[in-house]
Amino acid sequence: MGLRETLLDIKSEAESRLHEANADIEALRIQYLGKKGELTAVLRGMGQLSPEERPAVGALANEVRASIEGEIAKMKAEREEKLRELKLSAEKIDVTMPSVLPPVGKRHPLAQVQRDLENIFLGMGFSIVEGPEVELDFYNFQALNMPEGHPARDTQDTFYITDNILLRSQTSSVQIRTMEKKKPPIRIISPGRVYRSDNEDATHSPVFHQCEGLVVDRGITMGDLRGTLLILARELFGPETKIRFRPHHFPYTEPSAELDVSCFECGGKGCRLCKGEGWIEILGCGMVHPNVLLGCGVDPEEFSGFAFGVGIERIAMLKYHIDDMRLLYENDMRFLAQF
Amino acid sequence: MKLSINWCRDFVGIDGAEDIDIKKFCDMMTDSGSKVETYDVLGEDIKNVKVARIVKITPHPDSDHLLICQMDCGEGELHQIVTGAQNVFEGAIVPAAIPPATLPGGVKIKPGKLRGVQSDGMLCSIGELNLTSHDMPGNDNSGICILGEEFADKIGEDICRVLMLSDIVVDYEITPNRPDCLSVIGLAREAAATFDLPCHVPAPAVKPLGDGDDVSNYVKVDIEAPDLCSRYAAKVVKNVKIAPSPLWLRMRLRAMGVRPINNIVDITNYVMLEYGQPMHAFDYKCLDGAHIHVRRAGDGEIYKSLDINAEDTPLTSSMLVIADDNKPVALAGVMGGANSEITDETSLVVFESANFEGVSVRRTAKAMGIRTESSARFEKGMDPETCMPALLRACELVQMLGAGEVVDGVVDIYPGRAEPTVLPLQPDKINAFLGTDISEEYMVSALRKLSFEVDTDKSPAMVHVPTWRADVKCMSDLSEEVIRMYGYNEIETTLPFIRMSEGGRTERQMFEEDLKSLLCGMGLWESVTFSFIGPRSYDMIKLPADSPLRKSVVISNPLGEDTSVMRTTGIPTMLEVLLHNQNHKNPSAMMYEAATVYIPNGEDELPTEKKSLCIGMYGAGDFYSLKGICERVLGFAGIRSYTTVSNRKGGTYHPGRCGELVGVNAIGDENGIHYGTLGQIHPDVAKAYGLSGEIYAAELDLEAIYENRSMKHEFVHLPKYPSTSRDFSFVCDEELEAGRIESVCVRVGGKLLVDAYVFDVYRGEGLGEGKKSVSVRIVLRAPDRTLTDEEADKTAAKILSAMEKELGVTLRGVQK
Repeated sequence: MGLRETLLDIKSEAESRLHEANADIEALRIQYLGKKGELTAVLRGMGQLSPEERPAVGALANEVRASIEGEIAKMKAEREEKLRELKLSAEKIDVTMPSVLPPVGKRHPLAQVQRDLENIFLGMGFSIVEGPEVELDFYNFQALNMPEGHPARDTQDTFYITDNILLRSQTSSVQIRTMEKKKPPIRIISPGRVYRSDNEDATHSPVFHQCEGLVVDRGITMGDLRGTLLILARELFGPETKIRFRPHHFPYTEPSAELDVSCFECGGKGCRLCKGEGWIEILGCGMVHPNVLLGCGVDPEEFSGFAFGVGIERIAMLKYHIDDMRLLYENDMRFLAQF
Repeated sequence: MKLSINWCRDFVGIDGAEDIDIKKFCDMMTDSGSKVETYDVLGEDIKNVKVARIVKITPHPDSDHLLICQMDCGEGELHQIVTGAQNVFEGAIVPAAIPPATLPGGVKIKPGKLRGVQSDGMLCSIGELNLTSHDMPGNDNSGICILGEEFADKIGEDICRVLMLSDIVVDYEITPNRPDCLSVIGLAREAAATFDLPCHVPAPAVKPLGDGDDVSNYVKVDIEAPDLCSRYAAKVVKNVKIAPSPLWLRMRLRAMGVRPINNIVDITNYVMLEYGQPMHAFDYKCLDGAHIHVRRAGDGEIYKSLDINAEDTPLTSSMLVIADDNKPVALAGVMGGANSEITDETSLVVFESANFEGVSVRRTAKAMGIRTESSARFEKGMDPETCMPALLRACELVQMLGAGEVVDGVVDIYPGRAEPTVLPLQPDKINAFLGTDISEEYMVSALRKLSFEVDTDKSPAMVHVPTWRADVKCMSDLSEEVIRMYGYNEIETTLPFIRMSEGGRTERQMFEEDLKSLLCGMGLWESVTFSFIGPRSYDMIKLPADSPLRKSVVISNPLGEDTSVMRTTGIPTMLEVLLHNQNHKNPSAMMYEAATVYIPNGEDELPTEKKSLCIGMYGAGDFYSLKGICERVLGFAGIRSYTTVSNRKGGTYHPGRCGELVGVNAIGDENGIHYGTLGQIHPDVAKAYGLSGEIYAAELDLEAIYENRSMKHEFVHLPKYPSTSRDFSFVCDEELEAGRIESVCVRVGGKLLVDAYVFDVYRGEGLGEGKKSVSVRIVLRAPDRTLTDEEADKTAAKILSAMEKELGVTLRGVQK
């Protein structure tokens, strides 16, 4: 057998052994290509060849080496690929197993509603003003056109600290504190806690939250009040919401009204939420009484304004269908998690 | 205020109870300003009950107590009804339910057999018709209602028509500015204006007796406190015959929810309901000296209430009484006294129709704990002009009912006559105010419908406000009158044309919002609790007896002891929240509340209100988790100069697990700022609340945190050179706080020190009893070069020597 045949045999043998299932690729590389390998041994025998034969056999030998090397590289890559796949397959997990939840808390539903209200009015350029909860009788009543002995004081059963100091029964007190400090234009809302001596039940609480609104400038009209509250209603309850004013009385506004919104559950057809009325009462409002303006040093001949007061609990209960006010102050995690 | 539709029809031509579209009536009244709360259709629950006469009674063959009645129901043939009542007799006129009949409470009457005898209906008692013995005098619930011979011509007629039981009663919410609407006439006026109908209130006509007798022969009136009584009118009725009122009057009172008593008392109630004017009737023989004094009570003077259960109550000089020469006989405008009450023997009556000042009546009623229909009206301010027509109406009714003889002449003391209000009509101003374009003609006609007189000959037209509309005083009041007739919902919606001004959240408001978001992001839930607690809570949280926090703002009229003081700490309400969650089996809770606390100042000063950030948790980590939350809060505010010092005092917190977050200055000394307290709630406190397990809580002073915040951010170049670190393990006494080791590192480390922190504590063999090994890592870096080992070792050596000198701790080993 000549060298040429030997080389071709080595090639075919090496390649076929490389393809065997459990081939030890490194051992085969040494066996065929190593310093003492078969191919090297063949090359050593090249000296016996005639000078004419040498280039051709040499070229063939290089070709065989390159081919075997190529095959080894290919097989190695295949082997590694298989190992990678095996590893990945061994690492597989059950993605339907429960997650590890990072702890997260939530704002209280009342805070969420308050923030919704704030954002609506902040968008219209209002500021948020806070005032004291323990308040002087003057700001809670007298300056709001309810002098001592005024019958309307009876409609708000008030907690007193002294004859002169009380727990504010309405956030309207902030109206006065604001107008005393600042001249028109005024555009504020004042969310906060208010107190009435009602025993706790499903619809009453001695502590609850209101958001007062006040706008005072030249030429403010009742139409402006309606327009502003229409925006509020639509932002809160959806763009199709309609509003309805009903005459009412508050000592600090004249004319005064209660605002109904079309029922957002039934669209006004009548349902359980709106008790078949198609309308839901959400707030009280009106044009600031001239006596109130005068008392704050704002000339009612020059300026006019409107005010409104929303119950935050009321909105929260309507919006989330909460049927018992007490749930809001129990702070049960199972309740808070719902919002 | 209830309004009987039938009664209202005396004054305005609305449809009667049978024909009226009541839903529309109520909606339109509400839209024009008289808010209807609800309405009640009376008599609709009684169907097919007829007036019938018992023609023949035979005993029941199988029963001793049942009777078989043959009834004439006006149908020609007789109707057989079995009854168990024993008060029936042949010839009696009674109400009979003829099947298919319905009685109040949904009771259905069908034909049936009673012990084998056919019974085609039921004879009714007053109770079965929802009537009382006040409504139907002479009857009680023990037997069948006997109607009397005056109903002989009504046989076969419907009982509701005959007894005038059918009516619709509309219940209004009357706002305090409209006391005139606390009357049938007031609401009739509103209905007339709403439906554009005329309202006619006939002037009461009292026929003169002409016997030469005069009221001055009986009584003299003196108003000794004209500031509290603007008018006092009185008339006398003699030869009074106390009797039940006639059916129509009883049924009107019943419809309005008032119990009929007797003709004189019923007349006072009837007139009050009709005119809104509270009336009082005195038994003349009880008036000593025939002299009525309207005066302030003497301090301690005794008044005997009409309410028989009430104790004799001493009066004070701020109260107005009606007195004779010797004693008070009534609390003016509130209630009559037992000593001058109308009784069955009364033969001479003084009718009072007066006007008392509202604030005084309100105070008196409140002080005495009596609130009556009368005081509720006077409190809101009545029109003194109504006194006289009401008084005459009462006398007219006396004559109509034949209840007595009205003595000629009238007492009318009227020191407080007020000037009528006249306002200019300014249509332009009204339109500008409302945002409308309503014509002057419309305004004039709307006001006239509401009984305002408008003098259009003048320019501007002048509006004469009716005396009963004391609430109308200025342009905005007139605007309301106009717009409620025109329609609130006819106003076009516009948006304010307002000058720009600063808006948005303040820095402080943003701070709190962002802080709350951070807390929620860390897994804490916001809670909202009441601001008042019981003083007992301070004991429950074991606040020291001398703690300034025990001094709270006290509510003078609390709902109860447990809600009687304004909280000075958020801990008690937080513990209640945790308790609620534990009781409801929530396995863990992490809560916070930015709780307002109220720190009292001087007696007549408002308290300081500040926010306290209260954190509470159980089943969700230990002291160090809580400390981490608190440090994140301080970190949010950019506060870095603080340290945690241990508080071993106990009290609210576990004495071994409580820390105070305090501010420190540049060299690490406390600077007097107190950011808050954190720790495990003392097991005794937890037990007092019924809490189980380890409860952790913190209370941080949001005001101090906000005040000392450092939230301006400034860019610092990122480090260009690597840092190097050294770890030490020190052996020290168990008692030595790891924080002290850290702080020595920080202080001695100098400019090169970037960080120093404890990363391990080891206790065990080889260290010895009462010893521990604390491992600290220091991180060093220079801003301008890579630190050499020599430099790092030099700093390390300084720290080691300071450690030994200051804390006496020795090195266990140095690891590089």
